[in-house]
Amino acid sequence: MADELILETRGLVKEFRGFVAVGGVDLAVRRGEIHALIGPNGAGKTTVFNLLTKVLSPTAGRILYAGEDITGLKPAAVARRGLVRSFQMSAVFPHLTVLENVRIALQRELGTSFHFWQPESSLGVLDQRARELLAEVGLEPYARMVAVELPYGRKRALEIATTLAAGPRLLLLDEPTQGMGHEDVDRVAALIQLAARERTVLMVEHNMNVVARIADTITVLQRGLVIASGPYAQVARDPQVVEAYMGADADALGGVPA
Amino acid sequence: MRPATVALGIALAAAFAAPLIGVYPVFLMKLLCFAMFACAFNLLLGFTGMLSFGHAAFFGAAAYATGWLVTARGWGTLPAILAGVAAAAALGAAIGALAIRRRGIYFAMITMALAQLVYFVCLQAPFTGGENGLQGLPRGSLAGLLPLKSDVAMYYVVLAAFLGVYALIRRIVHSPFGQVLKAIRENESRAVSLGYEIERYKLVAFVLSATLAGLAGSLKALVLGFVTLSDVLQANSGEVILMTLLGGTGTFLGPVVGAGLVVTLEEYLSDVVGGWVTVIIGAVFVACVLLFRRGLVGELAALRSRR
Ligand SMILES: Nc1ncnc2c1ncn2[C@@H]1O[C@H](COP(=O)(O)OP(=O)(O)OP(=O)(O)O)[C@@H](O)[C@H]1O
Ligand SMILES: [Mg+2]
Repeated sequence: MADELILETRGLVKEFRGFVAVGGVDLAVRRGEIHALIGPNGAGKTTVFNLLTKVLSPTAGRILYAGEDITGLKPAAVARRGLVRSFQMSAVFPHLTVLENVRIALQRELGTSFHFWQPESSLGVLDQRARELLAEVGLEPYARMVAVELPYGRKRALEIATTLAAGPRLLLLDEPTQGMGHEDVDRVAALIQLAARERTVLMVEHNMNVVARIADTITVLQRGLVIASGPYAQVARDPQVVEAYMGADADALGGVPA
Repeated sequence: MRPATVALGIALAAAFAAPLIGVYPVFLMKLLCFAMFACAFNLLLGFTGMLSFGHAAFFGAAAYATGWLVTARGWGTLPAILAGVAAAAALGAAIGALAIRRRGIYFAMITMALAQLVYFVCLQAPFTGGENGLQGLPRGSLAGLLPLKSDVAMYYVVLAAFLGVYALIRRIVHSPFGQVLKAIRENESRAVSLGYEIERYKLVAFVLSATLAGLAGSLKALVLGFVTLSDVLQANSGEVILMTLLGGTGTFLGPVVGAGLVVTLEEYLSDVVGGWVTVIIGAVFVACVLLFRRGLVGELAALRSRR
Protein backbone atom coordinates (compact mmCIF):
# COMPACT_ATOMS: atom_id res chain seq x y z
CA MET A 1 0.00 0.00 0.00
CA ALA A 2 2.67 2.48 1.06
CA ASP A 3 4.64 1.29 -1.92
CA GLU A 4 2.06 2.82 -4.15
CA LEU A 5 2.73 6.26 -2.75
CA ILE A 6 5.75 8.18 -3.91
CA LEU A 7 5.02 11.13 -1.67
CA GLU A 8 3.14 11.48 1.54
CA THR A 9 2.82 14.32 4.00
CA ARG A 10 1.50 13.90 7.52
CA GLY A 11 0.11 16.86 9.40
CA LEU A 12 2.18 19.37 7.48
CA VAL A 13 1.96 22.82 9.11
CA LYS A 14 3.59 26.11 8.20
CA GLU A 15 3.04 29.26 10.21
CA PHE A 16 4.40 32.67 9.34
CA ARG A 17 4.53 34.62 12.61
CA GLY A 18 1.32 33.14 13.83
CA PHE A 19 -0.39 33.23 10.43
CA VAL A 20 -1.19 29.68 9.43
CA ALA A 21 -0.47 29.34 5.72
CA VAL A 22 -0.60 25.53 5.78
CA GLY A 23 -2.65 24.06 8.58
CA GLY A 24 -2.05 20.34 8.81
CA VAL A 25 -2.03 18.94 5.30
CA ASP A 26 -2.08 15.20 4.59
CA LEU A 27 -1.18 14.65 1.00
CA ALA A 28 -0.84 11.29 -0.72
CA VAL A 29 0.58 11.20 -4.21
CA ARG A 30 0.44 7.87 -6.02
CA ARG A 31 3.33 6.74 -8.15
CA GLY A 32 2.90 7.38 -11.86
CA GLU A 33 -0.07 9.71 -11.57
CA ILE A 34 -0.64 13.31 -12.49
CA HIS A 35 -1.83 14.86 -9.29
CA ALA A 36 -3.23 18.40 -9.37
CA LEU A 37 -3.21 20.70 -6.39
CA ILE A 38 -5.83 23.38 -6.81
CA GLY A 39 -7.34 26.10 -4.69
CA PRO A 40 -7.97 29.83 -4.63
CA ASN A 41 -5.22 32.44 -4.44
CA GLY A 42 -3.40 32.36 -1.13
CA ALA A 43 -4.64 28.85 -0.30
CA GLY A 44 -1.09 27.76 0.46
CA LYS A 45 -0.22 25.78 -2.67
CA THR A 46 3.14 27.37 -3.29
CA THR A 47 3.92 27.14 0.40
CA VAL A 48 3.29 23.38 0.24
CA PHE A 49 5.73 23.19 -2.68
CA ASN A 50 8.27 25.19 -0.71
CA LEU A 51 7.89 22.77 2.18
CA LEU A 52 8.24 19.72 -0.06
CA THR A 53 11.41 21.06 -1.66
CA LYS A 54 12.76 22.20 1.72
CA VAL A 55 12.95 25.86 0.73
CA LEU A 56 10.91 26.31 3.92
CA SER A 57 11.01 24.09 6.97
CA PRO A 58 7.68 23.00 8.33
CA THR A 59 6.45 24.22 11.71
CA ALA A 60 5.17 20.68 12.25
CA GLY A 61 4.60 17.49 10.30
CA ARG A 62 6.56 15.00 8.26
CA ILE A 63 7.34 14.48 4.60
CA LEU A 64 7.87 10.97 3.26
CA TYR A 65 9.31 10.55 -0.20
CA ALA A 66 9.79 7.12 -1.74
CA GLY A 67 9.47 5.58 1.69
CA GLU A 68 12.10 7.85 3.22
CA ASP A 69 11.58 10.66 5.71
CA ILE A 70 13.01 13.73 3.99
CA THR A 71 11.75 16.30 6.49
CA GLY A 72 15.25 17.13 7.70
CA LEU A 73 17.08 17.20 4.37
CA LYS A 74 18.57 20.22 2.65
CA PRO A 75 16.97 21.55 -0.57
CA ALA A 76 19.77 20.47 -2.90
CA ALA A 77 19.77 16.98 -1.37
CA VAL A 78 16.05 16.62 -1.99
CA ALA A 79 16.55 17.66 -5.60
CA ARG A 80 19.30 15.08 -6.05
CA ARG A 81 16.92 12.39 -4.85
CA GLY A 82 14.69 13.24 -7.79
CA LEU A 83 12.18 15.67 -6.32
CA VAL A 84 12.60 18.59 -8.71
CA ARG A 85 10.40 21.63 -9.08
CA SER A 86 9.65 24.54 -11.34
CA PHE A 87 8.77 27.93 -9.94
CA GLN A 88 5.59 29.96 -10.16
CA MET A 89 7.62 33.04 -11.03
CA SER A 90 9.62 32.15 -14.10
CA ALA A 91 13.04 30.98 -12.99
CA VAL A 92 15.54 30.73 -15.81
CA PHE A 93 19.20 31.72 -15.83
CA PRO A 94 18.64 34.92 -17.78
CA HIS A 95 22.13 35.53 -19.20
CA LEU A 96 22.94 31.97 -20.10
CA THR A 97 21.88 30.69 -23.48
CA VAL A 98 18.79 28.54 -23.81
CA LEU A 99 21.02 25.52 -24.40
CA GLU A 100 23.18 26.31 -21.37
CA ASN A 101 20.11 26.62 -19.19
CA VAL A 102 19.17 23.02 -19.89
CA ARG A 103 22.76 21.85 -19.82
CA ILE A 104 23.28 23.17 -16.29
CA ALA A 105 20.66 20.72 -15.12
CA LEU A 106 22.22 17.84 -17.09
CA GLN A 107 25.74 18.72 -15.99
CA ARG A 108 25.49 17.50 -12.41
CA GLU A 109 25.37 13.87 -13.51
CA LEU A 110 28.67 14.21 -15.32
CA GLY A 111 30.38 14.60 -11.95
CA THR A 112 32.75 17.28 -13.23
CA SER A 113 30.98 20.28 -11.79
CA PHE A 114 33.90 21.15 -9.52
CA HIS A 115 36.48 20.73 -12.29
CA PHE A 116 37.62 24.31 -12.72
CA TRP A 117 40.60 23.18 -14.80
CA GLN A 118 38.57 21.54 -17.56
CA PRO A 119 37.48 23.44 -20.63
CA GLU A 120 33.85 24.26 -21.14
CA SER A 121 33.95 22.21 -24.32
CA SER A 122 33.99 19.09 -22.13
CA LEU A 123 30.31 19.79 -21.58
CA GLY A 124 29.70 19.35 -25.30
CA VAL A 125 28.81 15.69 -24.76
CA LEU A 126 25.58 16.93 -23.20
CA ASP A 127 24.51 19.12 -26.10
CA GLN A 128 22.73 16.35 -27.94
CA ARG A 129 20.56 15.47 -24.96
CA ALA A 130 19.95 19.15 -24.22
CA ARG A 131 18.77 19.72 -27.78
CA GLU A 132 16.41 16.77 -27.56
CA LEU A 133 14.85 18.23 -24.44
CA LEU A 134 14.57 21.62 -26.10
CA ALA A 135 12.93 20.00 -29.10
CA GLU A 136 10.32 18.45 -26.82
CA VAL A 137 9.22 21.91 -25.70
CA GLY A 138 9.63 23.42 -29.14
CA LEU A 139 12.64 25.54 -28.26
CA GLU A 140 15.28 23.89 -30.41
CA PRO A 141 15.45 26.83 -32.85
CA TYR A 142 16.26 29.18 -29.98
CA ALA A 143 19.09 27.11 -28.50
CA ARG A 144 21.74 29.78 -29.05
CA MET A 145 19.60 32.66 -27.83
CA VAL A 146 20.17 34.24 -24.44
CA ALA A 147 17.30 33.18 -22.18
CA VAL A 148 16.39 36.72 -21.14
CA GLU A 149 15.39 37.48 -24.74
CA LEU A 150 12.74 34.77 -24.90
CA PRO A 151 9.10 35.83 -24.69
CA TYR A 152 7.33 34.90 -21.45
CA GLY A 153 5.59 31.74 -22.62
CA ARG A 154 8.80 30.32 -24.01
CA LYS A 155 10.65 31.11 -20.80
CA ARG A 156 8.15 28.90 -19.01
CA ALA A 157 8.70 26.18 -21.56
CA LEU A 158 12.44 26.49 -21.02
CA GLU A 159 11.90 26.14 -17.32
CA ILE A 160 10.03 22.90 -17.83
CA ALA A 161 12.76 21.56 -20.09
CA THR A 162 15.36 22.47 -17.47
CA THR A 163 13.34 20.83 -14.72
CA LEU A 164 13.04 17.67 -16.81
CA ALA A 165 16.76 17.74 -17.52
CA ALA A 166 17.45 17.45 -13.80
CA GLY A 167 16.05 13.93 -14.00
CA PRO A 168 13.06 14.14 -11.67
CA ARG A 169 11.25 11.08 -10.38
CA LEU A 170 8.64 13.36 -8.91
CA LEU A 171 8.10 16.48 -10.97
CA LEU A 172 6.64 19.46 -9.13
CA LEU A 173 5.18 22.15 -11.38
CA ASP A 174 3.89 25.40 -9.94
CA GLU A 175 1.34 26.79 -12.40
CA PRO A 176 3.19 25.70 -15.55
CA THR A 177 0.66 27.26 -17.93
CA GLN A 178 0.23 30.58 -16.15
CA GLY A 179 0.22 33.53 -18.52
CA MET A 180 0.41 31.39 -21.63
CA GLY A 181 -1.61 31.66 -24.81
CA HIS A 182 -3.99 28.90 -25.94
CA GLU A 183 -1.53 27.06 -28.14
CA ASP A 184 1.24 27.12 -25.57
CA VAL A 185 -1.16 25.80 -22.93
CA ASP A 186 -2.05 22.84 -25.14
CA ARG A 187 1.56 22.16 -25.91
CA VAL A 188 2.55 22.24 -22.24
CA ALA A 189 -0.38 20.03 -21.24
CA ALA A 190 0.68 17.47 -23.82
CA LEU A 191 4.25 17.73 -22.63
CA ILE A 192 3.24 17.08 -19.03
CA GLN A 193 1.33 14.01 -20.14
CA LEU A 194 4.37 12.81 -22.02
CA ALA A 195 6.63 13.46 -19.04
CA ALA A 196 4.22 11.63 -16.76
CA ARG A 197 4.75 8.37 -18.62
CA GLU A 198 8.04 7.90 -16.87
CA ARG A 199 7.48 9.77 -13.65
CA THR A 200 4.99 11.19 -11.21
CA VAL A 201 3.77 14.76 -11.56
CA LEU A 202 2.40 16.98 -8.83
CA MET A 203 1.20 20.26 -10.27
CA VAL A 204 -0.46 23.43 -9.09
CA GLU A 205 -2.78 24.59 -11.84
CA HIS A 206 -5.47 27.23 -12.14
CA ASN A 207 -6.58 26.27 -15.61
CA MET A 208 -9.47 23.84 -15.02
CA ASN A 209 -9.46 22.75 -18.64
CA VAL A 210 -6.00 21.39 -18.19
CA VAL A 211 -6.78 19.87 -14.81
CA ALA A 212 -9.92 18.13 -16.07
CA ARG A 213 -8.10 16.78 -19.06
CA ILE A 214 -4.85 15.46 -17.65
CA ALA A 215 -5.06 15.06 -13.88
CA ASP A 216 -5.72 11.63 -12.37
CA THR A 217 -6.23 12.92 -8.88
CA ILE A 218 -7.11 16.34 -7.56
CA THR A 219 -6.55 17.78 -4.14
CA VAL A 220 -8.33 21.00 -3.23
CA LEU A 221 -6.69 23.31 -0.77
CA GLN A 222 -8.42 26.19 0.94
CA ARG A 223 -6.94 28.45 3.60
CA GLY A 224 -4.20 25.94 4.24
CA LEU A 225 -6.51 22.94 4.59
CA VAL A 226 -7.37 20.05 2.29
CA ILE A 227 -11.12 20.19 1.71
CA ALA A 228 -11.38 17.42 -0.87
CA SER A 229 -9.26 14.89 -2.68
CA GLY A 230 -10.01 12.33 -5.36
CA PRO A 231 -10.76 11.96 -9.07
CA TYR A 232 -11.96 15.08 -10.89
CA ALA A 233 -15.58 14.00 -11.28
CA GLN A 234 -15.91 13.21 -7.60
CA VAL A 235 -14.20 16.38 -6.40
CA ALA A 236 -16.22 18.56 -8.76
CA ARG A 237 -19.44 17.27 -7.17
CA ASP A 238 -18.23 17.77 -3.62
CA PRO A 239 -20.59 20.31 -2.07
CA GLN A 240 -17.85 21.82 0.06
CA VAL A 241 -15.71 22.38 -3.01
CA VAL A 242 -18.58 23.81 -4.99
CA GLU A 243 -19.43 26.16 -2.18
CA ALA A 244 -15.99 27.17 -0.94
CA TYR A 245 -13.70 27.08 -3.90
CA MET A 246 -16.13 27.75 -6.68
CA GLY A 247 -17.98 30.35 -4.70
CA ALA A 248 -15.10 32.70 -5.29
CA ASP A 249 -14.79 31.76 -8.90
CA ALA A 250 -18.12 30.36 -9.98
CA ASP A 251 -17.17 29.56 -13.55
CA ALA A 252 -13.97 27.75 -12.79
CA LEU A 253 -15.44 24.25 -12.78
CA GLY A 254 -17.21 24.93 -16.01
CA GLY A 255 -13.86 24.85 -17.68
CA VAL A 256 -13.26 28.53 -18.32
CA PRO A 257 -9.70 29.35 -17.37
CA ALA A 258 -9.46 31.99 -14.67
CA MET B 1 42.31 39.50 -37.18
CA ARG B 2 39.89 41.18 -34.85
CA PRO B 3 40.95 44.55 -33.43
CA ALA B 4 40.76 43.16 -29.89
CA THR B 5 43.22 40.40 -30.77
CA VAL B 6 45.56 42.95 -32.36
CA ALA B 7 45.36 45.21 -29.30
CA LEU B 8 46.07 42.28 -27.03
CA GLY B 9 49.05 41.27 -29.15
CA ILE B 10 50.45 44.81 -28.97
CA ALA B 11 49.94 44.92 -25.20
CA LEU B 12 51.69 41.60 -24.81
CA ALA B 13 54.61 42.68 -26.98
CA ALA B 14 54.84 45.92 -24.99
CA ALA B 15 54.83 43.95 -21.73
CA PHE B 16 57.71 41.83 -22.95
CA ALA B 17 59.71 44.77 -24.29
CA ALA B 18 58.97 47.29 -21.54
CA PRO B 19 62.02 46.82 -19.29
CA LEU B 20 64.28 46.68 -22.31
CA ILE B 21 63.18 50.09 -23.54
CA GLY B 22 63.77 51.70 -20.19
CA VAL B 23 60.46 51.55 -18.29
CA TYR B 24 61.16 51.24 -14.57
CA PRO B 25 60.72 47.48 -13.92
CA VAL B 26 59.82 47.78 -10.22
CA PHE B 27 56.89 49.99 -11.15
CA LEU B 28 55.78 47.48 -13.77
CA MET B 29 56.06 44.61 -11.32
CA LYS B 30 54.03 46.46 -8.74
CA LEU B 31 51.42 47.09 -11.41
CA LEU B 32 51.36 43.42 -12.41
CA CYS B 33 51.02 42.30 -8.78
CA PHE B 34 48.04 44.56 -8.24
CA ALA B 35 46.58 43.53 -11.57
CA MET B 36 46.85 39.92 -10.43
CA PHE B 37 45.26 40.84 -7.12
CA ALA B 38 42.38 42.59 -8.89
CA CYS B 39 41.86 39.68 -11.29
CA ALA B 40 41.68 37.29 -8.33
CA PHE B 41 39.20 39.58 -6.62
CA ASN B 42 37.11 39.85 -9.78
CA LEU B 43 36.83 36.06 -9.96
CA LEU B 44 34.66 36.43 -6.89
CA LEU B 45 32.84 39.70 -7.52
CA GLY B 46 32.53 39.61 -11.28
CA PHE B 47 31.99 35.94 -11.93
CA THR B 48 30.37 34.68 -8.76
CA GLY B 49 28.63 37.82 -7.53
CA MET B 50 30.23 37.94 -4.08
CA LEU B 51 31.60 41.26 -2.83
CA SER B 52 34.44 40.73 -0.37
CA PHE B 53 35.58 43.67 1.73
CA GLY B 54 38.48 41.73 3.17
CA HIS B 55 40.72 40.60 0.37
CA ALA B 56 43.74 42.43 1.79
CA ALA B 57 43.83 39.71 4.44
CA PHE B 58 44.83 37.11 1.85
CA PHE B 59 47.19 39.40 0.00
CA GLY B 60 48.80 40.54 3.26
CA ALA B 61 48.91 37.17 5.02
CA ALA B 62 50.72 35.61 2.07
CA ALA B 63 53.11 38.56 1.91
CA TYR B 64 53.90 38.20 5.61
CA ALA B 65 54.28 34.43 5.42
CA THR B 66 56.64 34.62 2.47
CA GLY B 67 58.51 37.55 3.99
CA TRP B 68 58.99 35.85 7.33
CA LEU B 69 60.12 32.60 5.74
CA VAL B 70 62.78 34.19 3.54
CA THR B 71 64.12 36.47 6.30
CA ALA B 72 63.78 34.68 9.64
CA ARG B 73 63.82 31.13 8.34
CA GLY B 74 66.08 31.39 5.35
CA TRP B 75 63.73 29.53 3.06
CA GLY B 76 64.27 29.45 -0.68
CA THR B 77 62.20 31.75 -2.86
CA LEU B 78 59.95 29.21 -4.47
CA PRO B 79 59.05 27.27 -1.28
CA ALA B 80 58.42 30.57 0.50
CA ILE B 81 56.06 31.71 -2.27
CA LEU B 82 54.25 28.39 -2.20
CA ALA B 83 53.95 28.53 1.59
CA GLY B 84 52.59 32.08 1.37
CA VAL B 85 50.03 30.97 -1.19
CA ALA B 86 49.10 27.99 0.97
CA ALA B 87 48.62 30.31 3.94
CA ALA B 88 46.28 32.48 1.87
CA ALA B 89 44.35 29.41 0.75
CA ALA B 90 43.94 28.17 4.32
CA LEU B 91 42.86 31.59 5.49
CA GLY B 92 40.49 31.78 2.53
CA ALA B 93 38.93 28.47 3.53
CA ALA B 94 38.46 29.65 7.12
CA ILE B 95 37.07 33.11 6.31
CA GLY B 96 35.09 31.81 3.35
CA ALA B 97 33.44 29.07 5.40
CA LEU B 98 32.15 31.67 7.83
CA ALA B 99 31.19 34.33 5.28
CA ILE B 100 29.41 32.36 2.56
CA ARG B 101 26.54 31.46 4.82
CA ARG B 102 25.36 35.04 4.40
CA ARG B 103 24.60 37.02 1.31
CA GLY B 104 25.05 40.53 0.01
CA ILE B 105 25.96 43.18 2.52
CA TYR B 106 26.18 40.70 5.42
CA PHE B 107 28.68 38.66 3.48
CA ALA B 108 30.72 41.81 2.84
CA MET B 109 30.58 42.79 6.51
CA ILE B 110 31.76 39.39 7.73
CA THR B 111 34.70 39.38 5.33
CA MET B 112 35.57 42.89 6.51
CA ALA B 113 35.37 42.00 10.20
CA LEU B 114 37.48 38.85 9.79
CA ALA B 115 40.04 40.70 7.69
CA GLN B 116 40.25 43.30 10.45
CA LEU B 117 41.02 40.46 12.84
CA VAL B 118 43.85 39.33 10.57
CA TYR B 119 45.15 42.90 10.59
CA PHE B 120 45.22 42.98 14.40
CA VAL B 121 47.08 39.69 14.47
CA CYS B 122 49.66 41.10 12.07
CA LEU B 123 49.96 44.21 14.25
CA GLN B 124 50.52 42.22 17.45
CA ALA B 125 52.23 39.00 16.45
CA PRO B 126 55.98 38.82 17.18
CA PHE B 127 57.00 37.58 13.74
CA THR B 128 55.48 40.39 11.66
CA GLY B 129 57.66 43.20 12.92
CA GLY B 130 54.65 45.19 14.15
CA GLU B 131 54.65 48.80 12.95
CA ASN B 132 57.96 48.32 11.14
CA GLY B 133 56.92 45.33 9.13
CA LEU B 134 59.51 43.05 7.59
CA GLN B 135 62.44 44.67 5.81
CA GLY B 136 65.19 43.54 3.52
CA LEU B 137 63.60 40.45 1.97
CA PRO B 138 66.15 38.70 -0.24
CA ARG B 139 64.74 37.69 -3.62
CA GLY B 140 67.05 34.70 -3.79
CA SER B 141 66.79 32.66 -6.93
CA LEU B 142 64.19 30.57 -8.68
CA ALA B 143 64.93 26.93 -7.75
CA GLY B 144 68.61 27.80 -7.57
CA LEU B 145 68.73 28.30 -11.30
CA LEU B 146 67.69 31.85 -12.02
CA PRO B 147 68.96 34.58 -9.69
CA LEU B 148 66.26 37.19 -9.15
CA LYS B 149 68.35 40.02 -7.80
CA SER B 150 68.20 41.81 -11.13
CA ASP B 151 64.95 43.68 -11.61
CA VAL B 152 64.69 42.57 -15.21
CA ALA B 153 64.92 38.87 -14.31
CA MET B 154 62.38 39.33 -11.56
CA TYR B 155 60.15 41.21 -13.96
CA TYR B 156 59.91 38.32 -16.37
CA VAL B 157 59.12 35.92 -13.55
CA VAL B 158 56.34 38.21 -12.33
CA LEU B 159 55.06 38.68 -15.87
CA ALA B 160 54.98 34.91 -16.40
CA ALA B 161 53.14 34.43 -13.11
CA PHE B 162 50.64 37.12 -14.05
CA LEU B 163 49.97 35.62 -17.46
CA GLY B 164 49.58 32.22 -15.84
CA VAL B 165 47.03 33.54 -13.35
CA TYR B 166 45.20 35.44 -16.06
CA ALA B 167 44.95 32.29 -18.18
CA LEU B 168 43.90 30.23 -15.18
CA ILE B 169 41.09 32.65 -14.34
CA ARG B 170 39.87 32.54 -17.92
CA ARG B 171 39.88 28.78 -17.71
CA ILE B 172 38.06 28.73 -14.37
CA VAL B 173 35.35 30.99 -15.74
CA HIS B 174 35.02 28.86 -18.88
CA SER B 175 34.92 25.48 -17.17
CA PRO B 176 32.16 23.18 -15.93
CA PHE B 177 32.74 24.74 -12.51
CA GLY B 178 32.56 28.26 -13.94
CA GLN B 179 29.28 27.34 -15.59
CA VAL B 180 27.80 26.47 -12.20
CA LEU B 181 29.18 29.70 -10.71
CA LYS B 182 27.39 31.63 -13.44
CA ALA B 183 24.17 29.80 -12.70
CA ILE B 184 24.53 30.63 -9.01
CA ARG B 185 25.16 34.29 -9.80
CA GLU B 186 22.15 34.39 -12.08
CA ASN B 187 19.62 32.59 -9.93
CA GLU B 188 20.67 31.04 -6.66
CA SER B 189 17.43 29.37 -5.69
CA ARG B 190 17.07 27.83 -9.13
CA ALA B 191 20.58 26.38 -8.89
CA VAL B 192 19.65 24.86 -5.53
CA SER B 193 16.44 23.41 -6.90
CA LEU B 194 18.49 21.64 -9.58
CA GLY B 195 20.48 19.90 -6.86
CA TYR B 196 23.56 22.09 -6.55
CA GLU B 197 25.01 22.47 -3.07
CA ILE B 198 25.74 26.13 -3.73
CA GLU B 199 27.69 26.76 -0.52
CA ARG B 200 30.36 24.33 -1.64
CA TYR B 201 30.73 25.99 -5.01
CA LYS B 202 30.94 29.39 -3.41
CA LEU B 203 33.55 28.15 -0.97
CA VAL B 204 35.72 26.71 -3.74
CA ALA B 205 35.44 29.99 -5.64
CA PHE B 206 36.32 31.91 -2.51
CA VAL B 207 39.37 29.76 -1.80
CA LEU B 208 40.56 30.02 -5.41
CA SER B 209 40.23 33.78 -5.28
CA ALA B 210 42.03 34.00 -1.92
CA THR B 211 44.81 31.74 -3.17
CA LEU B 212 45.50 33.83 -6.25
CA ALA B 213 45.30 37.03 -4.20
CA GLY B 214 47.90 35.44 -1.95
CA LEU B 215 50.22 34.79 -4.88
CA ALA B 216 49.97 38.46 -5.76
CA GLY B 217 50.86 39.38 -2.17
CA SER B 218 53.85 37.04 -1.98
CA LEU B 219 55.26 38.30 -5.26
CA LYS B 220 54.76 41.92 -4.30
CA ALA B 221 56.65 41.34 -1.05
CA LEU B 222 59.61 39.90 -2.95
CA VAL B 223 59.51 42.59 -5.61
CA LEU B 224 59.68 45.49 -3.14
CA GLY B 225 61.73 43.63 -0.54
CA PHE B 226 59.48 44.55 2.35
CA VAL B 227 56.09 43.81 3.89
CA THR B 228 54.20 46.40 5.92
CA LEU B 229 50.86 46.70 7.63
CA SER B 230 49.52 48.61 4.63
CA ASP B 231 49.48 45.29 2.72
CA VAL B 232 46.95 43.85 5.11
CA LEU B 233 45.08 47.09 5.82
CA GLN B 234 41.41 47.68 5.10
CA ALA B 235 42.47 50.41 2.65
CA ASN B 236 44.12 47.75 0.51
CA SER B 237 40.85 45.81 0.37
CA GLY B 238 39.13 49.01 -0.70
CA GLU B 239 41.72 49.68 -3.35
CA VAL B 240 41.25 46.35 -5.07
CA ILE B 241 37.50 46.92 -5.17
CA LEU B 242 38.12 50.31 -6.71
CA MET B 243 40.48 48.91 -9.34
CA THR B 244 38.00 46.23 -10.32
CA LEU B 245 35.02 48.56 -10.52
CA LEU B 246 37.01 51.16 -12.45
CA GLY B 247 38.08 48.66 -15.07
CA GLY B 248 34.83 46.72 -15.15
CA THR B 249 33.67 43.76 -13.11
CA GLY B 250 32.94 40.53 -14.88
CA THR B 251 35.34 41.35 -17.73
CA PHE B 252 38.73 39.70 -17.96
CA LEU B 253 40.74 42.80 -18.81
CA GLY B 254 38.85 45.25 -16.62
CA PRO B 255 40.74 44.59 -13.37
CA VAL B 256 44.04 44.80 -15.25
CA VAL B 257 43.14 48.19 -16.72
CA GLY B 258 41.79 49.40 -13.38
CA ALA B 259 44.91 48.31 -11.53
CA GLY B 260 47.09 49.93 -14.16
CA LEU B 261 45.22 53.20 -13.83
CA VAL B 262 45.27 53.32 -10.03
CA VAL B 263 48.90 52.22 -9.63
CA THR B 264 50.03 54.69 -12.30
CA LEU B 265 48.11 57.58 -10.77
CA GLU B 266 49.51 56.78 -7.35
CA GLU B 267 53.03 56.45 -8.63
CA TYR B 268 53.21 59.65 -10.65
CA LEU B 269 50.82 61.93 -8.83
CA SER B 270 52.07 61.31 -5.31
CA ASP B 271 55.33 63.07 -6.22
CA VAL B 272 53.43 66.07 -7.52
CA VAL B 273 50.46 66.44 -5.20
CA GLY B 274 51.47 64.36 -2.17
CA GLY B 275 48.59 63.21 0.00
CA TRP B 276 46.05 64.66 -2.41
CA VAL B 277 46.54 61.61 -4.61
CA THR B 278 43.89 59.68 -2.69
CA VAL B 279 41.44 62.53 -3.21
CA ILE B 280 42.16 62.57 -6.92
CA ILE B 281 41.77 58.80 -7.22
CA GLY B 282 38.54 59.09 -5.25
CA ALA B 283 37.29 61.74 -7.68
CA VAL B 284 38.24 59.62 -10.69
CA PHE B 285 36.40 56.74 -9.09
CA VAL B 286 33.25 58.78 -8.50
CA ALA B 287 33.36 60.11 -12.06
CA CYS B 288 33.77 56.61 -13.46
CA VAL B 289 30.96 55.18 -11.40
CA LEU B 290 28.66 57.98 -12.53
CA LEU B 291 29.70 57.99 -16.19
CA PHE B 292 30.62 54.38 -16.88
CA ARG B 293 28.61 52.07 -14.73
CA ARG B 294 30.16 49.01 -16.33
CA GLY B 295 33.70 50.25 -15.87
CA LEU B 296 36.07 51.28 -18.66
CA VAL B 297 36.44 47.89 -20.29
CA GLY B 298 32.79 47.04 -19.69
CA GLU B 299 31.65 50.20 -21.48
CA LEU B 300 34.00 49.56 -24.38
CA ALA B 301 32.67 46.03 -24.77
CA ALA B 302 29.10 47.33 -24.62
CA LEU B 303 29.86 49.92 -27.29
CA ARG B 304 31.34 47.30 -29.56
CA SER B 305 28.43 44.91 -29.19
CA ARG B 306 25.95 47.72 -29.87
CA ARG B 307 27.55 48.48 -33.22
N1 LIG C 1 7.37 33.86 3.25
C1 LIG C 1 6.12 34.21 3.67
N2 LIG C 1 5.95 35.00 4.75
C2 LIG C 1 4.72 35.35 5.16
N3 LIG C 1 3.59 34.93 4.59
C3 LIG C 1 3.68 34.14 3.51
C4 LIG C 1 4.95 33.74 2.99
N4 LIG C 1 4.75 32.94 1.91
C5 LIG C 1 3.41 32.86 1.76
N5 LIG C 1 2.76 33.58 2.71
C6 LIG C 1 1.31 33.69 2.87
O1 LIG C 1 0.78 32.39 2.93
C7 LIG C 1 -0.44 32.30 2.21
C8 LIG C 1 -0.33 31.23 1.18
O2 LIG C 1 0.54 31.65 0.15
P1 LIG C 1 0.88 30.75 -1.10
O3 LIG C 1 1.85 31.50 -1.93
O4 LIG C 1 1.26 29.41 -0.65
O5 LIG C 1 -0.51 30.68 -1.85
P2 LIG C 1 -0.89 29.99 -3.23
O6 LIG C 1 -1.93 29.00 -2.95
O7 LIG C 1 0.31 29.54 -3.94
O8 LIG C 1 -1.54 31.23 -4.00
P3 LIG C 1 -1.48 31.64 -5.55
O9 LIG C 1 -2.56 30.91 -6.24
O10 LIG C 1 -1.75 33.12 -5.53
O11 LIG C 1 -0.12 31.33 -6.05
C9 LIG C 1 -0.69 33.68 1.63
O12 LIG C 1 -1.58 34.36 2.45
C10 LIG C 1 0.66 34.34 1.66
O13 LIG C 1 0.53 35.72 1.85
MG1 LIG D 1 1.29 30.02 -5.62
